[in-house]
Amino acid sequence: MLTQYLLSGLTSGAIYALVALGFALVYNASHVVNFAQGEFVMIGGMAAAVLVEAGLPLPLSIAISIAGATAVGLLLEKLAIEPARNASVVALIIITIGASILLRGLATLVWDKKIHRLPAFSGEAPLSLGGATLLPQVLWVLGVSAAAVAALTWFFRRTLAGKAMLAVSHNRLAAELMGISVRRTLAASFALSAALGALAGVLIAPIAFTSWDSGVMLGLKGFAAAMLGGLGSSAGAVLGGLALGLVEAIGAGYLSSAYKDVFAFLIILAALVLLPQGLLGRGAAERV
Amino acid sequence: MRPSGSRASLLALAAALAALPLVLANNYTYEVAILVGLNAITCVGLNLLVGYAGQISLGHAGFFGLGAYGSALLAARYGWPPLVSLPAAVAAVGVLAWAIGRPILRLRGHYLAMATLGFGVIVSIVLSIEDRVTGGPDGMAVPPLQVLGFTLQGERIWYWVVAAVLLAAVWLAQNLVDSPHGRALRALHGSETAAAALGVDAARHKLFVFVLSALFAATAGGLAAHYAGFITPAKASFLHSIELVTMVVFGGMASTAGALVGAAVLTTLPQLLTMLKEYEMVVLGAVLMGTMIFMPRGIVPTLEKVLAAARRKPD
Amino acid sequence: MLLRAENLTRRFGGVSALEAVDLELASGAVHAVIGPNGAGKTTLLNMLSGIYRPDSGEIRLGGLSLAGRAPHEFAAAGIARTFQNLQVFPDMSALENVMAGRWLRSRAGLAATLFRLPSFRRLEEECRAAAEELIDEVGLARWRDARADALPYGALKRLEIARALAAGPKLVLLDEPAAGLNPGETRQVDELIRRVAGRGVTVVLVEHNMKLVMEVSDHVIVLDQGRKIADGEPRSVSADPLVIEAYLGAGALRAAA
Repeated sequence: MLTQYLLSGLTSGAIYALVALGFALVYNASHVVNFAQGEFVMIGGMAAAVLVEAGLPLPLSIAISIAGATAVGLLLEKLAIEPARNASVVALIIITIGASILLRGLATLVWDKKIHRLPAFSGEAPLSLGGATLLPQVLWVLGVSAAAVAALTWFFRRTLAGKAMLAVSHNRLAAELMGISVRRTLAASFALSAALGALAGVLIAPIAFTSWDSGVMLGLKGFAAAMLGGLGSSAGAVLGGLALGLVEAIGAGYLSSAYKDVFAFLIILAALVLLPQGLLGRGAAERV
Repeated sequence: MRPSGSRASLLALAAALAALPLVLANNYTYEVAILVGLNAITCVGLNLLVGYAGQISLGHAGFFGLGAYGSALLAARYGWPPLVSLPAAVAAVGVLAWAIGRPILRLRGHYLAMATLGFGVIVSIVLSIEDRVTGGPDGMAVPPLQVLGFTLQGERIWYWVVAAVLLAAVWLAQNLVDSPHGRALRALHGSETAAAALGVDAARHKLFVFVLSALFAATAGGLAAHYAGFITPAKASFLHSIELVTMVVFGGMASTAGALVGAAVLTTLPQLLTMLKEYEMVVLGAVLMGTMIFMPRGIVPTLEKVLAAARRKPD
Repeated sequence: MLLRAENLTRRFGGVSALEAVDLELASGAVHAVIGPNGAGKTTLLNMLSGIYRPDSGEIRLGGLSLAGRAPHEFAAAGIARTFQNLQVFPDMSALENVMAGRWLRSRAGLAATLFRLPSFRRLEEECRAAAEELIDEVGLARWRDARADALPYGALKRLEIARALAAGPKLVLLDEPAAGLNPGETRQVDELIRRVAGRGVTVVLVEHNMKLVMEVSDHVIVLDQGRKIADGEPRSVSADPLVIEAYLGAGALRAAA
């Protein structure tokens, strides 16, 4: 049983990690928490599902949906975040919440309110692993997520563009003075986080299905995971996502599955209140 | 705002509330007016927290829902008279808000947003899951409010009940704002460091406003439950919390009048657009984004500024 | 002796912002804290107002031990301050800023406030009158009802002083009150400080403007790289070789010799 819970926890944890990474990327570049991040997950899953239903081959549908989500991410940054560059934290939170509601509304108009399914990438026949059964899709989720994280790490450590993004997150002014275009970095970070979200959506849609509002909970939990790991830390986002998935699965398995989401949020609340980094680190002495 | 100014505006509100029934044609319009009033009560309280004290809460519908279900459960399952169950439920929510507020109000910005959001989500999920007690997602019936043997039922009577409570809520909110406590709150919003240097205990003040705004929300929730005779967990949902914040933000932060305008506009608008029900989310999202991008201070303060500038022109 | 601080130490990471600083502030006098940049002057003020907790050391105001308490408790003990980077309340009028300053002195209880009991009205009138008097005293009458963020810089410096005085503190810490002011405005601040001290309020002044410091202070403390290097009357401190060296470098001392 434990193996089953662990596997299920790792699977959802991997998805949370991808979503959390998206949050972390955007936050690092702009100090904005993008509450619409979950909607990128939804767009990824829904677009792919609808395209497959319309007859397109799976790989093409996936590619188009990820590209589409990336475009939406760029639009969001251009139309909503940039004009509100100097707004207060509260204002930015509300803007991105508004964006998420808008995107959900558009999803019901462009598509519908039904639940859709994406076909599993390599079949539905369950496999056996150490006493637990798992769908092949789970291997896809874990494998592709791990590959995505590895690719991102390489991107940040080895490429100039990646290092530029890191520079902006550490010190925007200094980065600008070094000739790095903050605007383009911002746009790139939104694009990248949208792509990550859509990837997560595509990976999980065969297992958890997808619909116009499937992004809400995932977005909230991904945000919480990013916070657990320490807002702004990419490694923390991944760890936070995995931790959240595991704890949630174990709690749901041993205690009560109906309360799965409640466990998740209780953990988050506890972490926010008890972990100092969220508290003292931010509220440290202002320079007066 | 000078003391005489706030008394005048309170009288104006009372007059408007008294005169409104003259234009309310039928039960449906009365119902919309009542809904506006209930949202307004919650928003006046939320505005104290968000607009004046500068905090954020993405879970206030949780307090609304708990006030509603608290009173409903005490009345329906334990036979308490609603006239007692309502204040009892509101008081209980106040205690809960105090208990939760103490740890989470140490958080700021996104962390506070997440914590309040988490609280609201937990409340709405629990209300949905515990269906043996709460009737689950389909909701539960609520006994009507009875005063001195009189059953309060029907739109016309409830209009006056809600109007009276709204007037009281606005009076309390104005009294707080126009006072040393109100200035201490606004000082906290302006510069927490400077406010502390003046002897303002930030934690205590934030907690006080948080609890007060929760009390307002719970009262509105309880009234809503006994008015409708029915309550569902959707009233405690994340979406409802966002709608409330939207009303405050759209109407104008740090402005009680703004809270009223925001509640009025954003409650009636969806009603007007019933044929365009499918566009409701798109419109809500667009309003949220548009307001914060182009009118970050909200309608009423922006209008005030425009009028003030126009008045200065003749110099 | 109004305030006695012993062995005040504060480090940030590996850097010692303040190291074993002792000071004694006589009641009703104007004390100045001077020193080159990075000497620890603002750190000292932040510790005397509770914003920074000392890593070691004691702060005693009268008989009260203050070190380690929260800033609002320092304020309640009678210590007020202004800020180097202005921290006025931008959304409130000048008058409201000063009325906010009076928080510790004239406030009714919550019930009286919420339900407008008779005691409230009297206290509020008193608060307003006291604030208006202070506004007039610092020369801000024409901006009384203007939003604070509309005031010019010199007016804002004086507004912070008025706000700090509003609750009738025993000790007022002024963090560079004359920074960025022209000679006329500086003279106004000079007069204001004298008037305040004349009322028996103890003043601690952090300043770079030596002319102002020499003219207005009774007692000067010199900090350099976190340590106190001189402590005495203005005349003697300005002639102290250690002080000259700290400001102008060892070369200046040799040149003067």
